[in-house]
Amino acid sequence: MTLQELGRDDWTRFTPRQRMMRFAVFALCAAAIAWALTSIEVIWAWVWDAPIQMGDLFGRMVPPDPTNLGVILRVLWETVNIATIATALAVVIALPVAYLSAQNTTPNRATLWLGRFILVSSRSINTIIWALLFVAIFGPGIVAGIVAIMFRSIGFVGKLLGEAIEEIDKRPVEALEATGASRFKVIAYAIVPQVMPTFWAVAILRWDINLRESTVLGLVGAGGIGIILQGAIDTFNWPEAATVLLAILALVIIGEIVSVFLRRRIL
Amino acid sequence: MEGRIVSAARDTWSKQSAISNPVLRWALYLGVLVYVVWVLGTLPIDWARVSDGLGRAARIFNGAFPPNFDRSELMIDGLLESLKIAILATTGGVILSIPIAFMAARNVAPTPIFYFGRGLIIVARSFHPVIVAIIFVKAVGFGPFAGVLTLIVYSIGFVAKMLAERIEEIDFGQVEAMRAAGAPYFSTLFYAIFPQIMPRQIGLTIYQLDSNLRASAVVGIVGAGGIGSTLANAFGRYDYDFALAITMVIVGVILISEGVSGQIRKRI
Amino acid sequence: MLKITNLVKRYGSGEPVLKDLDLTIEGESVTSIIGSSGAGKSTLLRCINRLVEPTSGSINLNGTELTELRGRQLRAARRKIGMVFQGFNLVDRLTVMENVQSGRLGYISTWAAITRRYPKEDIRRAFELMERVGIAHYADTRADALSGGERQRVGVVRALMQQPEILLADEPTASLDPKTSEQIMGLLRDLAGELKLPVMINIHNVTEAKQYTDRIVGMRYGRIIFDDVPDKLDQEAMDRIYSGSPAADRADEWKAAS
Repeated sequence: MTLQELGRDDWTRFTPRQRMMRFAVFALCAAAIAWALTSIEVIWAWVWDAPIQMGDLFGRMVPPDPTNLGVILRVLWETVNIATIATALAVVIALPVAYLSAQNTTPNRATLWLGRFILVSSRSINTIIWALLFVAIFGPGIVAGIVAIMFRSIGFVGKLLGEAIEEIDKRPVEALEATGASRFKVIAYAIVPQVMPTFWAVAILRWDINLRESTVLGLVGAGGIGIILQGAIDTFNWPEAATVLLAILALVIIGEIVSVFLRRRIL
Repeated sequence: MEGRIVSAARDTWSKQSAISNPVLRWALYLGVLVYVVWVLGTLPIDWARVSDGLGRAARIFNGAFPPNFDRSELMIDGLLESLKIAILATTGGVILSIPIAFMAARNVAPTPIFYFGRGLIIVARSFHPVIVAIIFVKAVGFGPFAGVLTLIVYSIGFVAKMLAERIEEIDFGQVEAMRAAGAPYFSTLFYAIFPQIMPRQIGLTIYQLDSNLRASAVVGIVGAGGIGSTLANAFGRYDYDFALAITMVIVGVILISEGVSGQIRKRI
Repeated sequence: MLKITNLVKRYGSGEPVLKDLDLTIEGESVTSIIGSSGAGKSTLLRCINRLVEPTSGSINLNGTELTELRGRQLRAARRKIGMVFQGFNLVDRLTVMENVQSGRLGYISTWAAITRRYPKEDIRRAFELMERVGIAHYADTRADALSGGERQRVGVVRALMQQPEILLADEPTASLDPKTSEQIMGLLRDLAGELKLPVMINIHNVTEAKQYTDRIVGMRYGRIIFDDVPDKLDQEAMDRIYSGSPAADRADEWKAAS
């Protein structure tokens, strides 16, 4: 601090330049929101009416109607199976994809780009969009659901596994290369053991996510609990819809508890 | 050196299994096998229909190539609508997340309010946005407004959860210092707590804008506006070439938005 | 017999790390290579088993020219060269037995490697060697649960499992405390005698080099400038090996040339 500053009685938090920057960012955000608000095509009367409509809807859901609970639980179990089988298949298929898309294991540039292409196309297309496609191919039903979840999961699991492969300790790999072991054996002994913890963690995480995703497949006809929900909503059977929603809530919470338990046991 | 007395040399060794109890281990293997066989056996799969699918897939792919960008103004409208939905939902969701996060932070909220806040977050997180969307569509009608409401719920589920965790980690000494200086409640909030959570909050907001843009492509499929509605319509009319064009645009936009949001978060 | 002639290694287009190097290792002696960091010790060892690709020159091990091998032949040659590393380079999440058996990977079938069904004679040899270095009771312990000295013993046993014709050790004691590092050096010297195996050790600790090895090679910026029995390594030789910088060295060369 120089002597001149001792006599000052004004102080501001930011320099003028900083203030300009902050103002510009705020203005930009405000402009974006204003643009969105004024140009979005909504009927504002409906918006003001929305709280009443929502209240009315929830009022009709109470009390939930459990008469179909048996069927709902059976289909819920089917939903769990879709998620589990699809996760298992996706994890297996993701292994070679991860191998191709990790810079330190991929055989050459072409395979690297092939691996990356598979990951990006799988990850960027949502499960529901995959489901639309596979319902068109296989017809409505569980197969479309399983394949859709699988296609979306391959990219997720493959990306995280590929990153884990890129981050391994390279020294054991060097040591095993020095013993004269073939490429495959080096992978089996030096890379696989290092990637195993990530593998299980990612598989459990994706299973948890897939449990949620598989509850909505039915809305586009790809099997699972969503079909019952759609049916109840279409027939304005709100008490039954409420039961389905509670069942889904319970399923997701149990799924989360199970995955926390598995993570603790395995890792 | 030690160990010169070589004990009777062993020539057998096998890897110890992760589960040391053999009964439990084989029970687990058997359980998994039974589950897989049983599930694959009982899933209502119509194999004849599945095998038909290959022919249908060929027809769909023939119909989809080359992608058809002729109706690009329809696509741009859908995309802009998705963007508007994402912006408004992020704004609303982030604003609502702040009080909910404070309610759901163990160290600042009284116990009953804490459970209420946590409950809200759990419910918001548990339902897939598509389920939330279908309910809102029934309640407030088709269109982007249902989409905005859906994604507000979706944003709360993520932003409020992360923010609550951040608030639980804050350094409480700063709050005590403010209180010791006799600062009123809101001054304490602004001087001791907000500066600690702001960086995380800004990062979360940008991340959520990116997530909402992705999700808005999906909730449209059940009628909540945006590019998803355009895609669902194209699929419904068997316009596979247009559907492919839309999908490609969605993928492109998602990649760009992911890149931009990643860059901004890295700078902050 | 290991015979290195005219070995050059250059990374990119810079100054060579190894400059026209000649070295012959005969019999079952323990040779230590000393020199300051950057003298090219580590590069020299890694050129021998081709973890580093030599730029030119010849490396001949018992009649096999190593520099020209590729693929399967290279792997077969590497089996005959054991290597011990500074950072141990064990696979942390595998058991000691699996780490030790990984030295045999070049010999056993892929199926045996994956199912961990190792040949009986390999298991017997592993137990004998582990007993010899005092780690047999750790066979089923994960490698990351061991102390540094124990981990390096696993590294030594892994290299010996290869039944090598020569053992290379790249600063095997640099990550260990003084007492443990003397134990490892003693172990390497004793094993060389027992197994009739030539050993090459890169080492920073000159006292240990003098105490445990039969021959000392001093390197300085890619050249061998000392090669004799430990007793001949006097202060003057030490100064020549450890003083100066590459730039000063080049200046000397330039002066000598003009």
